[in-house]
Amino acid sequence: MTCSRRDFLKEAMGGTLASALPLSAFVFLSTEEAKAAIANSKVRWAFLIDAVKCTGCGLCVKACKTENEIPYDAPVTRTWVERYVVTKDGQTHIDSPLGGRDGFIDDKIRDEKIDPDDIAKAFFVPKLCNQCDNPACVQVCPVGATYQTNDGVVLIDREWCIGCGYCIMACPYGVRFFHPEHKVADKCNFCYHRITKGMPPACVECCSFDARRLANLEDPDDPVTKIITTERVAVLKDEYGTKPHVFYLGLDANVR
Amino acid sequence: MKWHVLRPLWVAIGLVGTILVARVFLVPDDFGIHGRNFTYGFHRLGNIQEWKDFPVKYQGREYCVECHEENVQSVNASPHEPVECENCHGPAVNHPDDVEFLPIDSSRELCLRCHAFLDYPNSSRAQIPHINNRMHKRRRECAQCHNPHDPREASE
Repeated sequence: MTCSRRDFLKEAMGGTLASALPLSAFVFLSTEEAKAAIANSKVRWAFLIDAVKCTGCGLCVKACKTENEIPYDAPVTRTWVERYVVTKDGQTHIDSPLGGRDGFIDDKIRDEKIDPDDIAKAFFVPKLCNQCDNPACVQVCPVGATYQTNDGVVLIDREWCIGCGYCIMACPYGVRFFHPEHKVADKCNFCYHRITKGMPPACVECCSFDARRLANLEDPDDPVTKIITTERVAVLKDEYGTKPHVFYLGLDANVR
Repeated sequence: MKWHVLRPLWVAIGLVGTILVARVFLVPDDFGIHGRNFTYGFHRLGNIQEWKDFPVKYQGREYCVECHEENVQSVNASPHEPVECENCHGPAVNHPDDVEFLPIDSSRELCLRCHAFLDYPNSSRAQIPHINNRMHKRRRECAQCHNPHDPREASE
């Protein structure tokens, strides 16, 4: 094969132009446009759970299921309450029948009767979506159906979700589930329709013991934000680096 | 290039072109990066409004007090003050416009959620007045004897 210098230069020039053309398809934002797109939000929703105050009545679970139209008898729920009973021999007994929807009336745990004299400590821990700053569930979505809003809440586009279930497996907290009616992934969104109207989430509204509270971390005068920033709070599974935004007061080392 | 190379290449180019044209029609206009970056903010913008429009069911005590001031006041003066009206009366939704009467849950199971005795001395459950579910008036509804709006009083 022969190639003159002239031909080589011609071809090279043509090739460069052809490869440069698609670049014009990209949109270049001005500094102002880029700033507007990122939108410095004045709201960052977070949650504070006082695990000491929780009595395990399960009214939050009942309210959540009703408010968010989650099939009441299906074994899925956006928020749930776990019971921990630690016995003196160091064993931890955990249960959450139907997510604690009907409360904890019986002292049997998974049909096992525990002698009250053996109990070292017992307590209830409510759980819900952590609205992580680095949500693993959003990173794995192949179609852009789940995303983080500018106020920190992770939402799911029910029209766009293909129900592949990657996000359900990606969440280290197990808060996502497959909605049996809509056939898409579903999870807690802090009652986005309520908090954007200035109302508390349904579980917060129905908690009689102030065990659940909503906070806006961008508002320094918010009383709940003050507790999060000044008192000793813990988060679940910090080691995953997801930066969860549900903070716990009185969290025990046995809670997983 | 020879034809046997060029022919499948045209097919491939045609396929890519078809996909690009179909994309223009199938992908909504508001689909794009609306949050922090591509990883967390790639979505359909209209979906945020769709979630905001989700109907509210639990209206809160401020909604109840507009008509039922007397009842709300009696509860507020009682040890049941922290209990939200809709925990027993059910979510108001658009009451009284759509449903005239809300179904009241006066079942024993509802009261037992807080008042069933569990032998957990260091849990806050122990601080609530409690009964032993297996011993205390087993076949009765609590509201037959206790007034839920003011548990210090007997029911009427």
